[in-house]
Amino acid sequence: MKPSAFEYLAPESCDEVLAALAGRGDDAAVLAGGQSLIPMMNLRIAAPPVVIDIMRIAEFRTIERGEEWIEIGAGIRMAQAERESASPLIEYALKHVGHAAIRNAGTVCGSIAHADPAAELPAVLLALDGEVVLRSTRGVRAVAADDFFRSYFTTAREPDELVVAVRIPTTPRRVAFLEVTPRLGGSTGEFATVAVAAAAERDDAGRFASVSLAFAGVAERAIRAREAETLLAGAEPTGDAIAEAAERAADAVDPPEDVHAGADYRRELVRALTRRALGELASR
Amino acid sequence: MTPVSVTVNGTTHELDVPPRLLLADLLRDELGLTGTKIGCAMGACGACTVLVDGEPVRSCLMFAVQADGRAVRTVEDLAGASGELHPLQAALREHHGLQCGYCTPGMLMAITPLLESGQPLEREDVREAIAGNLCRCTGYETIVDAVVEESRR
Repeated sequence: MKPSAFEYLAPESCDEVLAALAGRGDDAAVLAGGQSLIPMMNLRIAAPPVVIDIMRIAEFRTIERGEEWIEIGAGIRMAQAERESASPLIEYALKHVGHAAIRNAGTVCGSIAHADPAAELPAVLLALDGEVVLRSTRGVRAVAADDFFRSYFTTAREPDELVVAVRIPTTPRRVAFLEVTPRLGGSTGEFATVAVAAAAERDDAGRFASVSLAFAGVAERAIRAREAETLLAGAEPTGDAIAEAAERAADAVDPPEDVHAGADYRRELVRALTRRALGELASR
Repeated sequence: MTPVSVTVNGTTHELDVPPRLLLADLLRDELGLTGTKIGCAMGACGACTVLVDGEPVRSCLMFAVQADGRAVRTVEDLAGASGELHPLQAALREHHGLQCGYCTPGMLMAITPLLESGQPLEREDVREAIAGNLCRCTGYETIVDAVVEESRR
């Protein structure tokens, strides 16, 4: 199938994009890498009357490294984020996103804005306590990942707002990313049946000072395993502590059933992947 | 209609196109470069893979207007002017790396940047490069054989 006809705007400044969004609201779709939007348009799941291409805007094509945050602009494609090591956890997760050809076009911010519940990057942003920077003609705001993701493909972004960047705290943490997909191997192109993005700080004695565990594929949005995280705060990274945390994480989820996996299997994957991810965080 | 200036296989074309025209359709229908195939039109099969500014992308997941000012390379660029096969194409033929041939242009374009890097390739490198390209008749082994051997020639 072919996409419906639309009006194409390709502004060269952020202000022009915001003005266009302010006037059109839900009638306008933002086009960045197009790796989610264009398939939906080809299948006519989406038929936006106006498409605003933001890839001509030079200020969006930057990765800024500040003292507290690394900020990835809306024009940064996944392959570029991978090459420039925007963040180790993003780099690990990107190896599981689509294929090379998809990552050469798709953007980091686009995947976050799309908010597929089985996508890798939302779970990563959530695990790292990242934020989404939104701009409109009304102003700018930064929304914590946990408040940004609402439900299936649904976020806190208002129709007149543009995701201009995502930011990740520079806090040094050990990280791990593990994923199971219907097709085995590296770049499988599949969304996660279950994926875990994990990060931990260890104190001088080697105990877990703080741990975050975020999952894709187990709920209507990427979610954190708060109970398991609390259990691990201040804990020795022993096999028993890890096994107990993995149980809590698995008990806390109520995963969906689909053609790839039933709820019980997804819960078992949460248990197994949590155990392995924490094992990696404990050993490194 | 939106004006587009796109360089395809070294020739710059100035065209007016409807924004909804996919790059794959621009190549096939407007420029007559029918080597690029459309399989699924949703980014899953890889048959439409072309190089944009030297990197493999899905031409079914890109509007022609997005290619404005960029350089596109298609499978037609591989063979010589008098039709002699590119070494990669010759290697695929030698190793029976194609049967129906529908996936072949996408496979070739997904592999080309890797091969042109000049490194001797391992099987895993090739598998990773074509992980997004579906073949439903030949099977991947002979394709991998051909590329690995060609990279070491």
